[in-house]
Amino acid sequence: MCLAIPVQVESLLDNDEALVDIGGLKKRISLALVDDVCVGDYVILHVGYALSKIDEDEALRTLELFDQMQALQEELGASLESDGSGD
Amino acid sequence: MKYIDEFRNGDYAAEVARRIHAEADPERRYRFMEFCGGHTHTLFRYGIPDLLPANVKMIHGPGCPVCVLPMARIDAAIELAVRHQVVLCSYGDMLRVPGAHRTSLQKAKSQGADVRMLYSPADALRIALENPQRQVVFFAIGFETTTPPTAAVLLKAQELKLRNFSVFCNHVLTPPAITGILEPAQQAGERIIEGLVGPGHVSVITGGGAYDSLARRYRTPIVIAGFEPLDILHSILLLVRQCNAGRYDVENQYSRAVTASGNAKAQSMAARTMTLRDSFEWRGLGWMPHSALRIRPEFADYDAERRFELSPSEARENKACECPAVLRGAKAPTDCKLFATVCTPDNPIGACMVSSEGACAAHYSYGHTR
Amino acid sequence: MSLDPDFRHGCVELIHGGGGRAMRRLIDALFLQAFDNPLLRAGDDQACFQVAPGRMVMTTDSHVISPLFFPGGDIGALAVHGTVNDVCMAGAVPLYLSAAFILEEGFPLSDLRRIVLSMAEAAREAGVAIVTGDTKVVERGKGDGVFITTTGVGRLPENVSCSVARVAIGDRILVSGCLGDHGVAILSQRENLEFEADLRSDSQSLHDLVATMIAVDPGLHCMRDPTRGGLAATLNEIAQQAQVGMRLRENAIPVRQEVRAACEFLGLDPLYIANEGKLIAFCAPEQADALLQAMRSHPKGRDAAIIGEVIEDPRCFVRLRTGFGGERVVDWRSGDPLPRIC
Repeated sequence: MCLAIPVQVESLLDNDEALVDIGGLKKRISLALVDDVCVGDYVILHVGYALSKIDEDEALRTLELFDQMQALQEELGASLESDGSGD
Repeated sequence: MKYIDEFRNGDYAAEVARRIHAEADPERRYRFMEFCGGHTHTLFRYGIPDLLPANVKMIHGPGCPVCVLPMARIDAAIELAVRHQVVLCSYGDMLRVPGAHRTSLQKAKSQGADVRMLYSPADALRIALENPQRQVVFFAIGFETTTPPTAAVLLKAQELKLRNFSVFCNHVLTPPAITGILEPAQQAGERIIEGLVGPGHVSVITGGGAYDSLARRYRTPIVIAGFEPLDILHSILLLVRQCNAGRYDVENQYSRAVTASGNAKAQSMAARTMTLRDSFEWRGLGWMPHSALRIRPEFADYDAERRFELSPSEARENKACECPAVLRGAKAPTDCKLFATVCTPDNPIGACMVSSEGACAAHYSYGHTR
Repeated sequence: MSLDPDFRHGCVELIHGGGGRAMRRLIDALFLQAFDNPLLRAGDDQACFQVAPGRMVMTTDSHVISPLFFPGGDIGALAVHGTVNDVCMAGAVPLYLSAAFILEEGFPLSDLRRIVLSMAEAAREAGVAIVTGDTKVVERGKGDGVFITTTGVGRLPENVSCSVARVAIGDRILVSGCLGDHGVAILSQRENLEFEADLRSDSQSLHDLVATMIAVDPGLHCMRDPTRGGLAATLNEIAQQAQVGMRLRENAIPVRQEVRAACEFLGLDPLYIANEGKLIAFCAPEQADALLQAMRSHPKGRDAAIIGEVIEDPRCFVRLRTGFGGERVVDWRSGDPLPRIC
């Protein structure tokens, strides 16, 4: 449900609109539903309207969780190997 | 593409999947419902069920506004286009959905009705401005995510004092639908799901707080999830952990886009233009109280249901169709006699087959078992 | 009043299809000049040519498209490329084309001229001659500007027999380049969807790429161009016809970033989007690397890739190992892909 994608604001236009970019594709969208959007911000786009800004810190935090899982696994793998009990 | 590619990383996926395998208790079963059709789509498109242990099962919920729209509403839209000769604007999703008598907006169009596909409701306003001699109706569908854009065009239409524009409002609400699924099971004293992958983009608007009381009332953990495959896999891990710990909290996995209180500006625009309906029919789930929105009396001029006289529909669902049970997670698509025999994406009979987001259609298109 | 066509301000009129002098002048001033070749110049109602001993191939295709002009091409070039490619997919060398035009009354002659010149250019590039043709005019409102039907004939080299019947278990599946360019370029022009992107249709003739491939592997099993319905529809069709299954690797399938972005934006899957200048080839596993090298050495196959293999499967499924690590079935879809919001 509710197909929405992250896009980057490239420039602000008149009438509460903005030009956004996703992977080299440009589209004019409406900012009527959000406040304080700046050039360079990422917003969630749905049916031509920005629904919210993306919180970069929160995105990084989620990705860090995955990083940690991977690091932990590698550590675990390494310690198993040094024990000689790994398979 | 930033915020997309990182969340499709196969190495991370292998890691999260390993976690799920390690932490899921082989003695328990974990049946999780992903409410959103978008989540269903992602699950299948990336082959996620393949990565899960056998006792972690995903059940596909009713979160597809196309699937749950009753035939009578589609018939009404077709009637607007055919009998009232309006320019009917609709999202691509609605064009092929059959109403009664196996007709659809696409078929109506091929017979001469003026049906136009939109990407944004703002295009409907533009069409109205460009065609002052024609009545233009926007066939609005969707959950809380899609409601504020409709509200924005209603406000704009009022500001522009448009005389030839109206909205056929079919916006529906998520919490009543979740209640509609969990309440019957609770009444019957049975449990059909152990956890819920909560709607991500709906929550961008409503905020994560909207589900607190549901999680408590039904003692069911809810994890609000983003739409990339890692988001869903991660949410499944979080649900497994809640189940193991006996918790039933609302967790927010999609914190990069969802806050506790949501988008206040969008909420207020929706509230200014629309209000609760006493009751609304959901395809597969029946009539549910306070489960949909109608246009406020102050905006009556822009309400297609007031502007045009619409005949009552005599649409009937096929009795053999198991969609109500499939939508509640009580049955799998393959449990239905019609599935993949009479009912296919080319000839959809029930709600779950009509859109590619529907549980049956996704199962048919991507499933391993046909 | 002059009967000479006015290519600046004039329009197609019913009289242009009436069989009289106006029609003759239009044919002389436009079609004959643009397509000029000895067989057409002979002026008979049919083209008469020598046939070499051996096997010939023949194919026909009608071309309807909206918009008529799109980034990277137009209906004229497309009408040549589509039919030339269908001839080539047999492993044949395309020789001659026929072209039949159905024109709508009121269609600007300047646009018609642009389309015809583009067709002539495409035919020259593909090394084929347009040797016979026809024009009809329908009343305003009864056509969509221009419809073009082209029929092509070609000569099949000895020892070459590309056919779905030869697709075998273990065959490698190759594509000649990035998928979805044509369909997405068309969608970008569609009313209410417009977006800007550095995207062009891949509409092109594959005759020279095919010649290069046949030179390296004359025993090539099968080729198809994944037009309508994209890679997914073409592979499913072959799987059904050959009664085999297929396994693909998503990470190996080349898709341009702009096409991926457009698909994200519209809720579409690049595997289902139309191409007009790409081919899929099936070859014996031991030939795959040499064939891939040959394709990559050709400008039209620069992004070629081995994307999977043919496997045994009584249910004839096309399976995909996703970049995420899971597996799924790639099914046919019903109808044209429609952008979705949910």
